[in-house]
Amino acid sequence: MAESHNSNQFRSGLKVMIDSDPCVMIDVEFVKPGKGQAFTRVKYRNLNTGRVNEKTFKSGETLEGADVVDTMMQYLYKDGEFWNFMDPNSYEQYQAGEGAMGDAAKWLKEEAECSVTLYNNAIIQVTPPMFVELKVVETEPGIRGDTAGTGGKTASLETGAVVRVPLFVNEGDVLKLDTRTAEYVGRVKE
Amino acid sequence: MSSKPEWRPSASNDALRLRAQILARIRSFFDARGVIEVETPALGHATVTDPFIHSIRAGEGFLQTSPEFAMKRLVASGSGPIFQICKAFRAEESGARHNPEFTMLEWYRPGLDHHDLMDEVELLLTEVVGADAGERHSYEAVFRQHVGANPHRADAAQLAQRGRDLGLVVEARSGLSREDWLNLLMARVIEPHLGQRGPTFIFDYPVNLAALARIRPGNPPVAERFEVYFRGTELANGYHELTDAREQRERFDRDNEIRRELGYDEVVPDERLLSALEEGMPATAGVALGVDRLVMIAATARSLGDVLSFPYDRA
Repeated sequence: MAESHNSNQFRSGLKVMIDSDPCVMIDVEFVKPGKGQAFTRVKYRNLNTGRVNEKTFKSGETLEGADVVDTMMQYLYKDGEFWNFMDPNSYEQYQAGEGAMGDAAKWLKEEAECSVTLYNNAIIQVTPPMFVELKVVETEPGIRGDTAGTGGKTASLETGAVVRVPLFVNEGDVLKLDTRTAEYVGRVKE
Repeated sequence: MSSKPEWRPSASNDALRLRAQILARIRSFFDARGVIEVETPALGHATVTDPFIHSIRAGEGFLQTSPEFAMKRLVASGSGPIFQICKAFRAEESGARHNPEFTMLEWYRPGLDHHDLMDEVELLLTEVVGADAGERHSYEAVFRQHVGANPHRADAAQLAQRGRDLGLVVEARSGLSREDWLNLLMARVIEPHLGQRGPTFIFDYPVNLAALARIRPGNPPVAERFEVYFRGTELANGYHELTDAREQRERFDRDNEIRRELGYDEVVPDERLLSALEEGMPATAGVALGVDRLVMIAATARSLGDVLSFPYDRA
């Protein structure tokens, strides 16, 4: 049984069960009129669906902690509708469906290390590394001399992601990308 | 939360200087108007009965949650107009706009009513922090405008429905009373709209939110209470004070009834305040203003921690 948390222990980052789903609090505000009942306003992300919601709790309400664990795993391969991961310590393998993968799917190359969230020993969320290096498989030919990176075009990457890149980028180039913003960071020298 | 080492203050030196300047201006404001500065005990034998204010016990007594009762005893004894800047203490209040120990400015004006006192609060905010001219709305007017309900008549179920329509999702296994809903809708729906330029004064409260204000008979009867909102923050709470000893005792008793229902400890009423009221306190308006919040607003800071030397987590 997970421990339960009183409203005065609510803080961002706390993982709790809300409406039978594991959720993580992302913003917590104590609301207390000078005269009157105190409340705690909580903005939270549902770890199953990724959706962000808001709820106001009367002071003294409790929530059961969510039994979730964040751990590093290695991405192995995609197999039909599942992405397969391995715990590098136990060599145990886990599968993630499309919901748990979310945006992470388009950034992961086989053997990539990433953070996964386990709930009841199943993957509910996959977080890609902050920065990844991926090869361009398709883009308009590069314009020589345009090294200032003004303007831009789109490029398809080996994992399927499509990103904005500077005009000088060519097919076959390896790019460093920020997965949080899907932004081009630079070219990686081969 | 700041990542500074815990021994360091969380407020900048600029914020500390601003606080000193504000305190000096408040004192000269009252000095010029013949309101005398007083001190009353921070540690008292009695405390408030308000079911939602939790006192901190200290030895045989209580740290005071506001200097209200002691200052009213001074007024009843013939002090004339008085003000005080002091620390007040409330358990279980902590957040961006709350600290369990905070600085309160409280003042009493015999002979004035709550409208006169709103004038003086507005003047003080102009002189002390250069606030723009204020706005005044009745509680009923802002409630009708932003919530679409009559706060004097709507019951808990109707207010809950309005809350749901406005997108408020509330979890309260023990349920919310009509008063809880009024306070929650004020805090979550109305407050963010208030006082974006100058301070906004909300006056004439539903009678069940009278706290320690006198009730003006009428249709509907209203509590002669006001609150001041500034830049979306509740800054001050004032009353045309209840001076009737019998009614005061009834309100203490009602608070204790609510405390019993909620499973909180009952609080022994402050008999010294009741004796003072029995002796006869002149008609008076009084107000309490959060000084830390005022400094926070003047500094355009987002959290009290930015203007307190050592908030409780560093205290």
